[in-house]
Amino acid sequence: MKKFLKAEEIFFRVLMFLSTTLIGTVLFLIVFSVIKNGLPYLSWEMISEVPSGGYYFGKEGGILNAIVGTVYLSLGSTLLAFFVGLPVALMMNVHLVRYQRFVNGIRLILDLLWGIPSIVYGAFGFTLMVYLGIRASLLAGIITVTIFIIPIMIRAMDEALKTAPRGLLEAALSLGSTRSEISYRVFFKQCIPGMVTAILLSFGRAAGDVASVLFTAGFTDAIPTSINQPAATLPLAIFFQLSSPISEVRHRAYAAAVVLFGIILVISLLTRIISGKYKKNRINF
Amino acid sequence: MDHTKINISKLNLYYGRQQILKDINAGIPEKKITVILGPSGCGKTSLLRCMNRLTDLHPQARLTGNILINGKDILNTTDDITSIRKMMGLLAQRPYPLPMNIYNNIAYGLRISGRMNKRMLNKRVEHYLRQVSLWDEVKDRLRDPAVALSIGQQQRLCLARGLAVDPQIILADEPTSALDPLSSQAIEEKFNELKENYSIVIVTHILRQARRLADHVIFMYMGEVIEQGPADAFFENPKLEKTKLYLRGMFY
Ligand SMILES: Nc1ncnc2c1ncn2[C@@H]1O[C@H](COP(=O)(O)OP(=O)(O)O)[C@@H](O)[C@H]1O
Ligand SMILES: [Mg+2]
Repeated sequence: MKKFLKAEEIFFRVLMFLSTTLIGTVLFLIVFSVIKNGLPYLSWEMISEVPSGGYYFGKEGGILNAIVGTVYLSLGSTLLAFFVGLPVALMMNVHLVRYQRFVNGIRLILDLLWGIPSIVYGAFGFTLMVYLGIRASLLAGIITVTIFIIPIMIRAMDEALKTAPRGLLEAALSLGSTRSEISYRVFFKQCIPGMVTAILLSFGRAAGDVASVLFTAGFTDAIPTSINQPAATLPLAIFFQLSSPISEVRHRAYAAAVVLFGIILVISLLTRIISGKYKKNRINF
Repeated sequence: MDHTKINISKLNLYYGRQQILKDINAGIPEKKITVILGPSGCGKTSLLRCMNRLTDLHPQARLTGNILINGKDILNTTDDITSIRKMMGLLAQRPYPLPMNIYNNIAYGLRISGRMNKRMLNKRVEHYLRQVSLWDEVKDRLRDPAVALSIGQQQRLCLARGLAVDPQIILADEPTSALDPLSSQAIEEKFNELKENYSIVIVTHILRQARRLADHVIFMYMGEVIEQGPADAFFENPKLEKTKLYLRGMFY
């Protein structure tokens, strides 16, 4: 029996080691190939200028339009999704504790929405836009992205709030707090690290999937100066360049991907630094 | 007979189909320590949770009967539940400090019960921390997270936090079960001091703790109240066979 247990232990260790190595290698290869192909072509010009006439044929100019468009779209939609999603997630975990079935129903629906490809949201946004007679613009793009990241935002915050102990809710109720006081002054504080994860997940999906707003946000070589103007996005710029027959342009696609990595990295680090100082107050179990 | 603070009559509690409390009739005297005693699983916690209506949180809980506090029914009422709960401080089996610093744990309750200027707030916070003998231990680190305190200190902090909303009643559910002997003793001493001003209900399955603390005892078994009365009579001269067996340690 002891021998068997030992064999089992070894088996799972090896399995764990193999899968960790596999995932690590794949991730490393992706990052490595993007950086190796892109970094040499990344120039100051590329990230500081908008495309001039011949940029997509290998001439001068840059992708500042796409960088700014991506940042506007992802930040705008992440913020919007956060402020719309937070009350919903708090409601599910503070106000509706008695109605577990209903809340589980909402969870199921959100999980389904999460699984729908972002391009479907793009198409839906486009239909809506045509129906309302709005032109492709940054605002329409932000709204589309918000709609498809909101299920992620709410479910990630919901998972964080679910870890708050029942006893904390009971203690706060016993002090005579209202549900809103508990939501914002107790539960939100307790779950700040989870909230940060929710924001990062949503921002990552937004930044990576903004391409789906081609129809709603349009694409332009100019930097938008108001929310009524169209905006470009990095994933689309990458896509256009990758499909070019000119090798120089294809390399610039990788350079643009490096920029996208960079943006997500910076946002990750910033949010973690900001949230770090709130962690110390939470109860641990 | 003393004034009765909480009067429970014909109380039944169901979780779904299962009946947890069966026709409970009991009185909690004012400004005394009432101990709810009984083996685990007999419904002590459930009875306590009925008193501040935490049972409302359970998806399938159903309550019938009456619980009168100061003569007013809290079950069949349209009164605001938060103001009912404010009358009672709760001490749970383990401390749940709020995710904020020590100072704000006490100030939280003070702030929600009314605006107060900074100086007044400081004074009140100190007052309640002194009341649970925590002031000297924490006065130099009021801005530290409450979770940095030891479990015993956290439990006293939770007691102070409850007192800060100015309740008339303290409900405590096995408040010492997570604590070391010294911290437990500290909490027990506090109860003995506090009973001068508060009506205290303590749930315990520890017979010796019940003997030490109780002025009044409610003995429960399998969801029913078997016997209740003043502590002396209950421990010295129990009326029912089941109580005698329990007191002799014949079943748990
Ligand atoms: N949330 C719940 N849902 C269903 N049944 C419960 C719940 N909490 C307690 N019970 C049941 O109620 C009975 C009494 O439990 P409890 O009041 O916790 O007893 P005690 O505090 O005396 O140990 C037990 O049989 C327990 O299984
Ligand atoms: Mg219990």
